[in-house]
Amino acid sequence: MDVFIGIDIGSTSAKTVAVDKKGTILRRLVQPTGWSSVDTAAAIRQQLRKEGIDASHTPCVATGYGRIAVPYADKCITEITCHAKGAGCIFDESDLTVIDIGGQDTKIIQVVDSAVSDFLMNDKCSAGTGRFLEIMANILSVRLDELTELASRGSDTTISSMCTVFAESEVISLIGKGEQKENIAFAVVDSIVKKVSSQAGKLILGNRRVCLTGGLCDSAYICEALSKELGKAVTTHADGRYAGAYGAALLAAAL
Amino acid sequence: MQYHLPENYDTFNEARQNGFLRVKKIKESNGLVAGIFCTFTPLEILDAAGIIPVGLCGMSDETIPAAEAQLPKNLCPLIKSSYGFALTDKCPYTYFADLIVGETTCDGKKKMYELLGTMKDTYILHLPQRHDDHALDYWTEEIRHFITYLEQKFSVKITEEGIRKAAVIRNAERQAKCRLMEMQKLNPPPVFGHQIYKTLEGAGFIFDRQETIDLLAGFQESAVEKYQSGLRPVREGSKRILMTGCPMGGVLDKTVKAVEDRGGVVVCFENCTGIKAAAPRVDTDAEDIVRAVAARYLQIGCSVMTPNSRRMEMLTDLVKEYQVDGVIEVDLQTCTPYAVESFSIRRLMGDAGLPYMVLETDYGKADSGQISTRIEAFLEML
Ligand code: SF4
Ligand code: SF4
Repeated sequence: MDVFIGIDIGSTSAKTVAVDKKGTILRRLVQPTGWSSVDTAAAIRQQLRKEGIDASHTPCVATGYGRIAVPYADKCITEITCHAKGAGCIFDESDLTVIDIGGQDTKIIQVVDSAVSDFLMNDKCSAGTGRFLEIMANILSVRLDELTELASRGSDTTISSMCTVFAESEVISLIGKGEQKENIAFAVVDSIVKKVSSQAGKLILGNRRVCLTGGLCDSAYICEALSKELGKAVTTHADGRYAGAYGAALLAAAL
Repeated sequence: MQYHLPENYDTFNEARQNGFLRVKKIKESNGLVAGIFCTFTPLEILDAAGIIPVGLCGMSDETIPAAEAQLPKNLCPLIKSSYGFALTDKCPYTYFADLIVGETTCDGKKKMYELLGTMKDTYILHLPQRHDDHALDYWTEEIRHFITYLEQKFSVKITEEGIRKAAVIRNAERQAKCRLMEMQKLNPPPVFGHQIYKTLEGAGFIFDRQETIDLLAGFQESAVEKYQSGLRPVREGSKRILMTGCPMGGVLDKTVKAVEDRGGVVVCFENCTGIKAAAPRVDTDAEDIVRAVAARYLQIGCSVMTPNSRRMEMLTDLVKEYQVDGVIEVDLQTCTPYAVESFSIRRLMGDAGLPYMVLETDYGKADSGQISTRIEAFLEML
């Protein structure tokens, strides 16, 4: 059987998807990226071998910030193009807006007729990215999923600074003041949601469906808060975190 | 007269030392040097006064830490870098300049000139920020003041005839620049944009106008000749990119080179070093030559102007003339005029059906990876 592989090496986790000729997902793998993308790529190759797939002799597209570290990939394609492709198929839409909150960057991608028509990425600071949430979760000594769950029960607290470093000290002073954890978590999530929404607002959203991909798409609360802020429904999908890898696999099939 | 090298001269590398020696020589043969920072500086006036204008825009992050001891961190890298060069005596032209000429363009520069004025003789021309007749009256007067100032300071005579002559040769230089840039309308273009930019930039450091013109013309002719004989370094079908935005000498590799390393080609620079400053000419037959010079400069479509309709008109024409596939705007971090105006440019390009992307960056290397990813994605999208 023909198999095609897509590998998305992000800043925090590496996702791998194998598809068949029809684009049906055969395998999903996810692992932390760790220190070295090269080691991660080697580990993925090994794992695929265990699953009976020889990566060296299978069409493979690599994406994500570690994409150039995959020696057995036939082609490197940016995460923008791959995410658009993957999300289009996952959500079964040819026109949509994809919001991807990644570990290191946040992307807003406009897809028209199944092709990227415009995109935005945050600049070099970590405000508005998954990294921001991670740092704040650490300070509050909770896991990421706990943070968003806590946030859903909080209210009425704000962090004014977008900058991660300043926001960190704001959170610390909130803790010092004895503010409830739920409310601090609420403020943290609220801040990222506002940042992402204002970024998304720059790309005119029109009537297209808005879909959330990336590691945060499992959080019902983030989705709900984003929908509220944007004033339109934001949909997710269980395979959302694999959108980049899935898109890469589909593009490998088209090589 | 005796001229001394800066105290830290021995710590400089050879290229920089040579630069110092070169300018020292100019000074020793009684040459006058004016440091300038902007395309609005009326060059014809300096030419007619026998003063050599040299661009001092800082293009490297080397001197930024020194500048940040006095300037805020969140300031445009071009301003910080330029100021840093003056502080550290690392730029021969700043060091030996008899005069610094600035204009009231953006706030950061304006205020930086004030500080620079405490170290060097600095003259600030007040640039009006509109393109109409009223502004032209004012700007003409402002240039006349400048003439009087120069005449008194350097005991020189600036004649109408001298200005006219300077305008003729400056126009010829502008024409040579435009011809060089316009050959990129060919499809595929004869050379990579990076080379065009470097050639234009280098021309700024040749102080003999005829020599500059010959160099530009020579480069252009030989490029077209090679092209016609079949030597074509740029692959057919390469995506044709127009660059616009802030001065980009300090971020050339991160942006232009990144585009061209990834299968694109920059066919047009609308920035200061490019077409926007070279296109407007002086009407050398005009009765009032000072006014004609003033008028030429007011035609420059820089974001410090409001409204900046010139830039909109020019971009609309350029994307057609150069058969552009996509437009990339490079904005230097914290540059308010360009950052705000980018929204209008996005709209304009949207109406023209052209993909458009803004890259906001500084002189550091930290974001090179992210910038390349964006450029790569942009090219994939075209
Ligand atoms: S961008 Fe405008 S203000 Fe800055 S150097 Fe160019 S013309 Fe002058
Ligand atoms: S790039 Fe912008 S902020 Fe920097 S000097 Fe030019 S106009 Fe001013």
